[in-house]
Amino acid sequence: MLEVSNLACSRGDHRLFSGLSFTLHPGQIMQVQGANGSGKTSLLRTLCGFLMPDEGTIAWRGEDTRNLDEDFHAEMLYLGHLNAIKDELSALENLRISAGLAGIELNEKEAITALRRMGLRGRERLPAKVLSQGQRRRVALARLLVSDAGLWVLDEPLTALDAGAVALVQELIAEHLARQGMVIFTTHQPLQVAGMEMCGLSLS
Amino acid sequence: MKKSSLSGLVVLVIRRDLLLAVRRRADVLTTLIFFVMVVSLFPLGVGPEMDMLRKMAAGVLWVAALLSSMLSLGRLFSADYLDGTLEQMMLAPQSLSMLVLGKMAAHWTVSGLPLVLMAPVLGVQFDMPAQALGVLIIGLLLGTPVLSMIGAIGAALTLGLRGGGVLLSLLVLPLCIPVLIFGTGAVEAVSAGLSAASHLSLLGALLVLALVSTPWVTAQALRISME
Repeated sequence: MLEVSNLACSRGDHRLFSGLSFTLHPGQIMQVQGANGSGKTSLLRTLCGFLMPDEGTIAWRGEDTRNLDEDFHAEMLYLGHLNAIKDELSALENLRISAGLAGIELNEKEAITALRRMGLRGRERLPAKVLSQGQRRRVALARLLVSDAGLWVLDEPLTALDAGAVALVQELIAEHLARQGMVIFTTHQPLQVAGMEMCGLSLS
Repeated sequence: MKKSSLSGLVVLVIRRDLLLAVRRRADVLTTLIFFVMVVSLFPLGVGPEMDMLRKMAAGVLWVAALLSSMLSLGRLFSADYLDGTLEQMMLAPQSLSMLVLGKMAAHWTVSGLPLVLMAPVLGVQFDMPAQALGVLIIGLLLGTPVLSMIGAIGAALTLGLRGGGVLLSLLVLPLCIPVLIFGTGAVEAVSAGLSAASHLSLLGALLVLALVSTPWVTAQALRISME
């Protein structure tokens, strides 16, 4: 369970939001909405601990995330604007390394299975620099398949994806929620997750 | 799927950085060639006076090692910062300091160790006696990891800054002076017929101090740069 209470955040002198409180329970999904520059990414980065909030607390299972630190990181997965993909490495190497950094050792077979499910059959061993923007995003999203994190923090997960991939992401999110996972995400595209109630959070 | 341990994660970071270095061989070679060029310019410029060359050998090799280690420092974190890998490293389920230590180890293997291996060959250009060469190598072996580790702090602090490369050198070079003094001091002591043990012990102490403190300091600097 993720509890955010009275959170305030600013960039430079500009106050993005203040007094923000919400609770995310297992099996729940929350979409953060707002215009460009309203602080969606800053909110997600604050949840991850990259930004220090001006005030307020973020608690995971009742404990402040700043005290939990690595224990919290083990239970969350963050996918930001940047794909964390190395041009020089193949899709397979990229996935195995990024899973490894998240603390999961993947063998080659598991990684290939995940990449194939993301629609990258036949591209597993190509260097990432020859992949298209959408394919690189798919490599990054393959981490969702191999992760066992309870909380997914997804910043614009659908950018550069085609309709097929968007449907696949929706399917992955639905599976995650069915496993009592939690998702908090931002997007400007409509995202329907079958049979799930979506909480909205609007920043202005 | 298996959970990886702390050592597993550090090994992963080292292997990843070495793999990337192999794929981008040009970057590694530039550093090494720069080192060889700078060192080789001195005998050509100063002239073939053996006494003078022997005297300045250690200083030239150390300063060249210092300068060429600056060349590769800018790349230590910047690529990972730009493509988002650094974010993922900070969210790793193990301490960031240990991952940073892994990156430092990989950086030294790629940019410090080759210098140590090249030094005996270059020392011959200066007509260095075998004993002095031996002490020079031991000194470089102890000192170059310290250069990588101190440099990592500067690289983390200047991450994402425009013109960070020059600023990085200005920040890091003064901090490397003790390494330079003890490294060259060891060779001078041996040449004067004294024992190099005290200088080498001090270099060893610097190495231990850097091992203990710099990963943590670098991790904090990275957190500041990420904001």
